[in-house]
Amino acid sequence: MTAIPHEHGHAHHYTTTGLDHRKIAIWAFIGSECLFFGSLISTYLIYKGRSVVGPFPHEAWTNPSTGQTFPAILDIPVTSASTFVLLMSSLFMVLAHASVVRGDRKYSKIWLAATALAGATFLGFQAFEFTSFVHEGLTPRTNLFGSSFFILTGFHGAHVTAGVIWLITLLFIDFRRGLRPADAINVDLCALYWHFVDVVWIAIFTLIYLIQ
Amino acid sequence: MATTVAAPPRYAVPHTKYERGLWSWLATVDHKKIGQLYLYTAIAFFLIGGLEALIIREQLKGPNGQLVSAEMYNQLFTMHGTTMIFLVIMPMGAAFFNYLIPLQIGARDVAFPRLNAFSYWVFLLGALFMNAGWIVGAAPDGGWFAYAPLTTQQFSPGLNMDFWVIGLQILGLSSLAAGFNFITTIINLRAPGMHFMRMPIFTWMSFVTQFLLVLAFPIITVAVTFLMLDRFFGTNFYTITAGADPLLWQHLFWLFGHPEVYILILPAFGLVSEVLPVFSRKPLFGYPVMVYSGILIGFLGFGVWAHHMFAVGMGPIADSVFGVTTMLIAIPTGVKIFNWLATMHGGSLRFTTPMLFAIGLIALFTIGGISGIMHSSPPADLQQTDTYFIVAHFHYVLFGGSMMGIFAGTYFFYPKITGRLMDERLGKIHFWLTFVGMNLAFFPMHFAGLNGMPRRIYQYQANQGWDIENLVSTWGARILGVATLVFIWNFVKSRRSGAVAGRDPWGAATIEWTLPSPPPEYNYAVIPTITSRYPLWDAKSPELTADVPHTPEGEKRTDVSVGGKETHASFKGPSDTHMASEVAHPSAKELGIAMPTPTIKPLLASIGLTVMFLGLILKHSVNYQSLWLPVLLAGVAFFVVSLYAWLLSPLEPEHH
Repeated sequence: MTAIPHEHGHAHHYTTTGLDHRKIAIWAFIGSECLFFGSLISTYLIYKGRSVVGPFPHEAWTNPSTGQTFPAILDIPVTSASTFVLLMSSLFMVLAHASVVRGDRKYSKIWLAATALAGATFLGFQAFEFTSFVHEGLTPRTNLFGSSFFILTGFHGAHVTAGVIWLITLLFIDFRRGLRPADAINVDLCALYWHFVDVVWIAIFTLIYLIQ
Repeated sequence: MATTVAAPPRYAVPHTKYERGLWSWLATVDHKKIGQLYLYTAIAFFLIGGLEALIIREQLKGPNGQLVSAEMYNQLFTMHGTTMIFLVIMPMGAAFFNYLIPLQIGARDVAFPRLNAFSYWVFLLGALFMNAGWIVGAAPDGGWFAYAPLTTQQFSPGLNMDFWVIGLQILGLSSLAAGFNFITTIINLRAPGMHFMRMPIFTWMSFVTQFLLVLAFPIITVAVTFLMLDRFFGTNFYTITAGADPLLWQHLFWLFGHPEVYILILPAFGLVSEVLPVFSRKPLFGYPVMVYSGILIGFLGFGVWAHHMFAVGMGPIADSVFGVTTMLIAIPTGVKIFNWLATMHGGSLRFTTPMLFAIGLIALFTIGGISGIMHSSPPADLQQTDTYFIVAHFHYVLFGGSMMGIFAGTYFFYPKITGRLMDERLGKIHFWLTFVGMNLAFFPMHFAGLNGMPRRIYQYQANQGWDIENLVSTWGARILGVATLVFIWNFVKSRRSGAVAGRDPWGAATIEWTLPSPPPEYNYAVIPTITSRYPLWDAKSPELTADVPHTPEGEKRTDVSVGGKETHASFKGPSDTHMASEVAHPSAKELGIAMPTPTIKPLLASIGLTVMFLGLILKHSVNYQSLWLPVLLAGVAFFVVSLYAWLLSPLEPEHH
């Protein structure tokens, strides 16, 4: 009976597929998240056009009792800009990962910071969008559109927030001790998550903003 | 069959606080200890859920029962269903996933040991949260299905459904975390040579169950989140006057709820598929078909949900489609029944307690399955829905199926877990009381239901043709109560005085039985190499497995790289003398095996999570309403800090 030799760090443990455990787990997580966002998006689409009172996403509405008119509430040009920023962040993420893989300590920090900044910018756009909607008279309590819109995009925003915190954590580690090529898996996991959150936004932007 | 040894194996004397006493349980990351925690917790809730059932049956034993009020009755049937599904059968499944999967695939632990501990603690705190309603006199009362809009603030004021909504939210997080963990474990920690088609069938059925968990729970999470936001923050997801669809909840709930049914039954199928071959002394009949039918059940399970909704008027097309898919899912299930029968056919049967429970599952689940096919037809379902016929059906499936399978698994694996066998005589008394009591309790419900007795009523008038049926049901429930006491007595007593099991008391075929009972912390000193589906029978009784595919003669055993070094470790069946001679085992440290460091950080994180939800429920309390946001934010902060402390500390000691 021979003992298995010492191992240092769990990256060197035997795995059946040769992949890091976390790589498999994050794919399972992403699969699960597809059902999560799928349910939220389905609810939005089922409730589309069923709101009894406005404001509505794509058409103006006049309140019959007060005579007050609400314009169509979604601002597609502004959200197109924030969508562009979020899509670019995926490019920065790829560059950050590539920098860590080739051991480029300078550009790994630059691109990680750029990704986090782009994510934060997207969140800033969302905060602006949410507050302006509230000023225009749409809250989660107003109508079915308000409930399903705020909760769907709010959960997406929460995912972006978690991603930004993850990126800042990686950046912090990079400044403290440097991310080596052996740490690429950590950036890879964050990148998979980040791209997934981006893809979800493409679905949300298309289904909710672009298709009227 | 039991090998005669003096005592279960001794391990090195515990010398740190992590190895003995309460701390060893709070800080454990060992899948075997976590499995036991799940097992004990589930048994405790089985007693609570059973007590609720007994009160229900006492109330209904005759016309115009006066034991409990209508309000109390609603709480009892809601919590009976919720407890038995989420706090008994699911954690029983989790207990076996935890204990068995790493052993069956030749691993030393799960892929994420600390996440595993987190899953258990979140489950425990969620279960306590769900039951906390009893303490403040407001247990959930909207049914385990919690149909919105009935459960919105307008129609269910009070804290009752708040406890349910938040409790289920917490329990869902536990199941999701466990699902990711076990999918990764099964894909990535199989021993060399353990191809998918050599995996023990229990691990296979568990694998399918994990996919159901991670794909079904997000849906209920969304449905429950909507209800939570409606109740606490005034959104409109289930507000009919705002234009909401009264069927939204039903669709989301059953889109989760039907896969949930297979989450409850597939682990039990896996357990009896382990038990039947061993006590028939034959390989499982049609192993590949058993695997494929399990996968097919998993797929079809997502396409039948609306058969719970035939009565809401979805129209002939939807009714027909879901009727047909429901009939289709009976095919892979029927395949399993016939394969179990064919496994027993011509075998040398031994009627041990686990075998009796396994056969009990085949008989009783078949009855439940057939009544299920009856109401897969929408016209028949319209007669049966919301009557006691449905109650009879799902108790045959869940008690006759899931619980019988869980009892079979408990008697079968108890010696592996504790080192001692459960008492066979008490076990047989338990089985026969259960079998008789279960049929007395649930079979008459078919007749009461067909005679028109509705579900969820707390009283009924005399002479409607339901009196005898209800009295018999109550006597059946009482017998089940006695049976459960016998089981508990056997479970507790055998821990000290049961016959010592040795490694392989049953003459089983899979690798977990090569380990000492109970296994050492690291499970396998050397990771085995697997060459067939039944390694122990290959070594001990090769004639049993002659027809089972093996590694071909010409195929060299693959040399595997473990920890960076080549190893040629291959599996050898231990001889009986070898089994009997071992009384002490080296520790992981002596063998130089790196095992995860015990830590309470997962427990702290789960407490943070629960405090966060506690803050939310304070929003509806009378006296502490102003505290809700501070408590919620404190919970979030505590959770985040614990999570970072956990993620930034290494899994294993850095130097050893």
